[in-house]
Amino acid sequence: MIEFGFALKQTRSEDLDKTSLERFHRLLELTPSFKRCFQCGNCSATCTARQFTDFSIRRVHTSFRRGEYDGLAEELRKCMLCGKCTLVCPRGVNLRSLIINMREILDEPQKTGKR
Amino acid sequence: MKKVAIIGAGPAGIEAASVLARNGVQVTLFEKSETPLKNLQDKAFLFPNFQAAQEIIDDLSGKLLTDGITSAFGVDIVDVRWQGTEWKLFDSKEQTYVADAVLIATGYQVFDAHRKEELGYGIYKGVITSLDMERMIKHGKILNANGDEPRRVTFLQCVGSRDEKSGNHYCSKICCVTAVKQAIEVRRQLPKCEASVFYMDLRMWGQGFEEMYRTAQEKYGVNFVRGRISEAAGTFDSRVQLKSEDTLMGLPLKMTTDLLVLMVGMEASCGTKALGKACEIGGDYGFIRTVNPHLYDNETGKPGLFAAGTCKRPMSVSDSINDARSAALAVKEYIDSVQSGK
Ligand SMILES: Cc1cc2nc3c(=O)[nH]c(=O)nc-3n(C[C@H](O)[C@H](O)[C@H](O)COP(=O)(O)OP(=O)(O)OC[C@H]3O[C@@H](n4cnc5c(N)ncnc54)[C@H](O)[C@@H]3O)c2cc1C
Ligand code: SF4
Ligand code: SF4
Ligand code: SF4
Repeated sequence: MIEFGFALKQTRSEDLDKTSLERFHRLLELTPSFKRCFQCGNCSATCTARQFTDFSIRRVHTSFRRGEYDGLAEELRKCMLCGKCTLVCPRGVNLRSLIINMREILDEPQKTGKR
Repeated sequence: MKKVAIIGAGPAGIEAASVLARNGVQVTLFEKSETPLKNLQDKAFLFPNFQAAQEIIDDLSGKLLTDGITSAFGVDIVDVRWQGTEWKLFDSKEQTYVADAVLIATGYQVFDAHRKEELGYGIYKGVITSLDMERMIKHGKILNANGDEPRRVTFLQCVGSRDEKSGNHYCSKICCVTAVKQAIEVRRQLPKCEASVFYMDLRMWGQGFEEMYRTAQEKYGVNFVRGRISEAAGTFDSRVQLKSEDTLMGLPLKMTTDLLVLMVGMEASCGTKALGKACEIGGDYGFIRTVNPHLYDNETGKPGLFAAGTCKRPMSVSDSINDARSAALAVKEYIDSVQSGK
């Protein structure tokens, strides 16, 4: 059992001048309802995968929003696409579509070595 | 002499009636309940100054005795129609009344918490609404499901507000500060009991609200957690187990509480919805629509038909009363202009 369950690589600071948000903006085009997220944490609180792992879907999609993509593809493997998060989201974010699109974008080969 | 009909004897309706009567207008005040001010009867103390609701009730009830006000209680107005020269009001018993101008002040009702089944209202006895909590505070009897003193009380914001699943996108405006008010009252009445508030945003927009929030933290040790409770379940000893995410820590959170208080939002009352529809002035979510929120916020677009208070949108008592005063002025100017042939 993992005691300090924070599998995502945490950056020391966010540098919004250097971060490229290109992939995030593409995600918004694919799942426009994600624009409405207000960070309530209902999705992660109710998540089925969270019952067994330290997975937090809200942390994952917020990292994506901030352009911090490292480790996300691996994290997203913990999701079993059950759709419970979509059912509870008070802002009507289509999380299942969001997760599938995040996976696809993260699977694309990257032009540069970095993000 | 010109006659004005006011529908709804809440703070807004009574205030408008008394202003108009003091200015020489004959007013009939219709109220569907047998008694006025029903939405204040179950309140204990009012934010922002913790004044006893009873004092406001006494003051407003006194104003009802102003010369020129006729009270018609137990009358449910279901339709209002312009008849060429005057307005005609119809009640549920098919009685009719006439007036030169009509002010709608039919108010709000709280969101029905049964609709959020995952939060367990009506299923677990430890899950109550903010209205139930007001009554407990008022009677000095804050009790858990077993009838004992609770050790922990937890408030959840935005129940039936800011929630696509309930169909209400809007913020109800008064529940953030009401939760702070009630948490302070819990700590005052039961110093050994913990109080926590689960919030997404704390909207302390009014004068004195932010100070109440500071006092709740500093003096009363109220615990604030940023997250929305997604599910509540009963335990074998009649407590309530909550599931949430602490969004600031980014960690799942579980906790057991004696009472879970759902801060239910404000919706348009049945009367507001019905009259909005009948008069074709219903706006978003069944509230009454006004002509312009800046300049003509008591006018409905139908000459002689006005609106005031929470039938338009969520408001506090003081905002409802101020709005009623401005409505009274708009009504007075209208009937004066009609009297003098425009
Ligand atoms: C839990 C809770 C706590 C609150 N605490 C505070 C607080 O501490 N401080 C504060 O400032 N505010 C508080 N409020 C808000 C306060 O209750 C409202 O601001 C206030 O009651 C609004 O007054 P009103 O006259 O617009 O409407 P209402 O009080 O709703 O009055 C409308 C009246 O119209 C009548 N009516 C409706 N339809 C018809 C019809 N068809 N015919 C005849 N009559 C009709 C109704 O019976 C009612 O009496 C609280 C609200 C809630 C839910
Ligand atoms: S779809 Fe994935 S993220 Fe959503 S609740 Fe199910 S496991 Fe969790
Ligand atoms: S439940 Fe919806 S609004 Fe809340 S954090 Fe998740 S995606 Fe955002
Ligand atoms: S006032 Fe606060 S609790 Fe009420 S709906 Fe708005 S944000 Fe939610």
